[in-house]
Amino acid sequence: MLDNVWLIPLFPLIGFLINGLFGKKIKNEAVIGGIGTLMIFLSFLVSCGILMQLVGMPPEQRVFEKVMFPWIHAGSFKADMAFLVDPLSAVMLMVVTGVGSLIHLYSIGYMHGEEGFYRFFAYLNLFCMSMLLLVLGANMLVMFIGWEGVGLCSYLLIGYYFEKKSAGDAAKKAFVMNRVGDFGFLLGLFVLFWWFGSNHNIWTINFVEIKAASHLLPYGGVVTLATLCFFVGATGKSAQIPLFTWLPDAMEGPTPVSALIHAATMVTAGVYMIARMSFVFIKAPETMMVVAVVGALTAIFAATIGTAQNDIKRVLAYSTVSQLGFMFLAMGVGAFGAGIFHLMTHAFFKACLFLGSGSVIHAMHHALHKGHLHDDAQDMRNMGGLRKALPITFITFLVSTIAIAGIPGFSGFFSKDEILWQAFANPYHGSLNILLWGIGCIAACFTAFYMFRLVFMTFFGECRINPKVKEYLHESPLVITIPLMVLGFLAFVGGFIGMPKLLGMLPNYFEHWLDPVFELANEYGKQYAHSGAHHSHALEFGLMAFSVVVALIGISIAYTMYMANKSLPEKFTSAFPGLYKVVYNKWYVDEIYDFLFVNPCKSFGNLLWKGFDVVIVDGVVNGTAKLVMAFSAGLKGLQSGYVHNYAMGMAIGVVTIIAVYVFR
Amino acid sequence: MVSLNFYLVLSAILFAIGTIGVLTRRNAIVIFMCVELMLNAVNLTFIAFSKYLGNLDGQIFVFFVMTVAAAEAAVGLALMIAYFKNRESIDVEDMNLMKW
Amino acid sequence: MDTIAIPAINLAVIAPEVVLSVVAMALLLINVFVKSEQKGYLGYLSIAGILGTLLMLIPAWGSSVEGFSGTIIQDNFAIFFKVIFLISAAMSILITDKYLEREGCNQGEIYPLILFATVGMMLMASGTDLMTIFLGLEVLSVSLYVLAGFNRNNIKSNEAGLKYFLLGAFSTGFLLYGMALTYGATGTTKIAKIASYIAMNGVSSSNLMLVAGMILMSTGFAFKVAAAPFHMWTPDVYEGAPTPMTAFMSVGPKAAGFAAFARVLLVALPALKPEWSSLLWVLAVLTMTVGNITALYQQNIKRMLAYSSIAHAGYILVGFTAGNAVGTAGILFYMLSYAFMNIGAFAIIILVGKKGEENSNVSDYAGFGYRHPVLGIAFCIFLFSLAGIPPAAGFIGKFYLFSGAIQAGYIWLAVIGVLNSAASVYYYLRVMVFMYFKEPTEDFEWVKLTPAFVLCLLIAVIGVLVPGVLPGLFLELAQKAVLM
Repeated sequence: MLDNVWLIPLFPLIGFLINGLFGKKIKNEAVIGGIGTLMIFLSFLVSCGILMQLVGMPPEQRVFEKVMFPWIHAGSFKADMAFLVDPLSAVMLMVVTGVGSLIHLYSIGYMHGEEGFYRFFAYLNLFCMSMLLLVLGANMLVMFIGWEGVGLCSYLLIGYYFEKKSAGDAAKKAFVMNRVGDFGFLLGLFVLFWWFGSNHNIWTINFVEIKAASHLLPYGGVVTLATLCFFVGATGKSAQIPLFTWLPDAMEGPTPVSALIHAATMVTAGVYMIARMSFVFIKAPETMMVVAVVGALTAIFAATIGTAQNDIKRVLAYSTVSQLGFMFLAMGVGAFGAGIFHLMTHAFFKACLFLGSGSVIHAMHHALHKGHLHDDAQDMRNMGGLRKALPITFITFLVSTIAIAGIPGFSGFFSKDEILWQAFANPYHGSLNILLWGIGCIAACFTAFYMFRLVFMTFFGECRINPKVKEYLHESPLVITIPLMVLGFLAFVGGFIGMPKLLGMLPNYFEHWLDPVFELANEYGKQYAHSGAHHSHALEFGLMAFSVVVALIGISIAYTMYMANKSLPEKFTSAFPGLYKVVYNKWYVDEIYDFLFVNPCKSFGNLLWKGFDVVIVDGVVNGTAKLVMAFSAGLKGLQSGYVHNYAMGMAIGVVTIIAVYVFR
Repeated sequence: MVSLNFYLVLSAILFAIGTIGVLTRRNAIVIFMCVELMLNAVNLTFIAFSKYLGNLDGQIFVFFVMTVAAAEAAVGLALMIAYFKNRESIDVEDMNLMKW
Repeated sequence: MDTIAIPAINLAVIAPEVVLSVVAMALLLINVFVKSEQKGYLGYLSIAGILGTLLMLIPAWGSSVEGFSGTIIQDNFAIFFKVIFLISAAMSILITDKYLEREGCNQGEIYPLILFATVGMMLMASGTDLMTIFLGLEVLSVSLYVLAGFNRNNIKSNEAGLKYFLLGAFSTGFLLYGMALTYGATGTTKIAKIASYIAMNGVSSSNLMLVAGMILMSTGFAFKVAAAPFHMWTPDVYEGAPTPMTAFMSVGPKAAGFAAFARVLLVALPALKPEWSSLLWVLAVLTMTVGNITALYQQNIKRMLAYSSIAHAGYILVGFTAGNAVGTAGILFYMLSYAFMNIGAFAIIILVGKKGEENSNVSDYAGFGYRHPVLGIAFCIFLFSLAGIPPAAGFIGKFYLFSGAIQAGYIWLAVIGVLNSAASVYYYLRVMVFMYFKEPTEDFEWVKLTPAFVLCLLIAVIGVLVPGVLPGLFLELAQKAVLM
């Protein structure tokens, strides 16, 4: 089976070719969608086979490189078209093909009747192929091709509704920001390549070879430079500060795209890349600190902004940014396994959330369309009480929300708690640990708050949709709800394979599984790790309990604010007319909450969103662009069109060069 | 016997005069004549070196340069005529339809 | 003084050039008897001539034959470049016919002129004597002056021809002066002998005459390849020249310039490497930056591609600066893929354009991608390749050039190169944004899509994608063609 790893990216490529070339002629949506889904499902089957085979092998032998053909050979430099299968890439394969298949299936229902249905599936298949190349690449160049490819597909899919100007702009923004990241990736690649080549005459970009030679790398210095470059690449792709603003805008794309690309797979590429090169990153303590701090800050920034949004997809988008921050926090504190674990669980529950929101939007849109209304189908203020109309969507959505909020027993709890624990207990960052942990906890609290706010506003309370169209609201078809149910189930149980040892019920399969990949990194880490105090189990339990409490606090705040003061009124009406007035007119309560919590929080969120995001980040990006454009206008002015000016330019050039050589 | 340096300095001066002419003149034909002056300065250099080194290569090179200059003149003048037909001027100041 | 020895003539070395010249002259004669609306047939004849020449060249691969007492050589390096020239000439001819018909200047002389220019380029790549290189360059330049101004009734074309002529002749002066000084310093014009003279007599870099000769020659070549600050003619001439000739000019002569440039610096003057590599370093940075930054502002797509071609000369100079095997192989590979992507892009521009070079603004491409999906995809492939995005050939080429620079220790140069290519994505992407995200403003008026056009586009797409996906074979060829 391992030898057939090349089939995995091949199937989606075939799907892309069929749909891209003949899709317009096929016309039949079932056939087009069927081909697209089947292809990625076949990849999933092959991935399963590979996983099974890896499981059957002794842990230290679980590395396999498949060279397809020699690609670029130049003297001592060699880059093959080669795939690398190891526990890490196997996990990613399962996530990409598994979640990918479900989302393809979902898209058949969701994209029904859209113009360019075939185009959508062609792009989606192309995306899967690029993502699989990225994951499987045995050297940085193959990875980079996938890296660029996913960026391109993301661009194409965000701009899918190209007739909308905002979609085109969002696509462009995403592409340009990704390019900034890409050039960081390339620079990092060049620095590493050059350092190995010039100092040790090892001209390689192959991961296995670099790993074998990584003991030659110094701590800090050039490694810091290279890893920082790579990290710039990761921030672009994975939407971290300061390059995160494209992701919320990317919600202009169709919802399945948001689920697949902007939640489950592509945006995690940065995390994957750091994990893939953990043995390099760990040798740069400064970079590790930068990664941890940026991750933690992104987690909290995005979470606060999430509280101030009313568009259901934008809340989820900021939530994604925030969760990615958690993953980077894990990377930065050396908890690579925990980061990848969270990547996986996040893929389950966030994909489910996005698809669920898609189902909601689908229903809303359908209803509003029937009633010829032009209300915003994505605005949560127009929703409410949808749980009756959309029972399956509601249940799966709720399960995923509980998972992301970190309630014990659900997948998100295990992974998030592991990250928080490692942030607290890791031996690398000294006194910074407590701060990282604190920020993580607050972010977790915010996460629980805004997610439940979303659930309450969408599914509970009275229905705020225009009563005229209420009757048109109904549950989505099976093709949409089946993926929801599968993902919801995974969001529930997916965490058990990575259950902390502490709870003792199951061994932490997931961590053992990834051990061979990160062993070396942990070995290197010991060089500068603080021996430090050994943390007791009691402390770990305590922190775990604390993170649960924090999540519950977030939920209860959301409950009081968006539920309680709406359901209480009737009881009070008769008994306490005076109090009724106060409670029924949630004004007062709201005012107090607003004053105490919501306003500061919202205005802080708004401040961050408007102030930081719009003014500073966009300002810097736009400012640079303006500067370059002004420079361009100036240079253009030199091009006067007059022959003698051009001749003068040449003459000055010659004279200057000669003068430099004569007087040097 | 005049030493090599005199020839070289003279040709350098001629080359500079030609260059300055190209930079300052406005009439395309005059500019082209200045270019010819530059080429002739180069020819002088070649011949001086050839004589000084006792080596024929330089003189052969000069023949080629003269041939090429003649060909260039033919093509250049033809282009100027075509341009003149359309614009009724060969002033390079008028030649800026395309810029920036 | 020497007595004149009868030179050893080895016609086999220049057989391809001879064949091509004979075909060109025959075409000039045939042209007289061909009716104006049938001039296109001359194009097919010239392509037949080019194919014949290619067939003569290919068996010569792997051998290295000198002729005419060491003034000309047929080695892998020369053959690789000659193939590039011939391909670019053939592809340009394929898109010429319909263009001329539309512009109403259907004159058959254009085909022999293209062939003569190609002969000039071939001489430049083969020349191992400053004299041959100079002659090749002039044969090329004189033909190009006419080609740039070929559309006699179009005032922009007139202006392009005249500007090119005046500035080209001016730069020839510098080039020649440099050759004269080099001759003076070493007593010979033969490339190999210059190198051995320098090696034997230990002429060091403190020899001002030699250094000045090197600089002046570099100036002349820099003009030909459009490197800043000797690039200013490029946008004007490219914009004004008939579009198929712009395509031709932006590829063939640039490659020829690099071929001669590389031969002179790498073979004749390796002793001055510290000097010329620092000079090229500066030129490369200036060229890339000026080209890319100015391109950002352009509205006219021909002008934009002109600036982009300046930037590409800069990338190639990066590989040249490295001066090592990887960098030089990178130059060869890049020139080959550049030929396909650039001519392909210009072919699309001709299709979208209207008589009198109308419709060549970026905004005229609004909705193009949906009107003509296949052409739109082809154009995207070319633009992606120009931008250096995998899996197009442009990416591999750039990667190779930059790795060459890194291997030679020019890490900052590579950094600047990568930064520049990141910036360049903006203006290529802008065209694509118009193609896919904007509503079309009006209907296109088409040049009919003839089989010749289709063939040219097909060759271009294959030439961009195949070396991009399977660069192994092409890189191997390029490595075998390297001068060291």
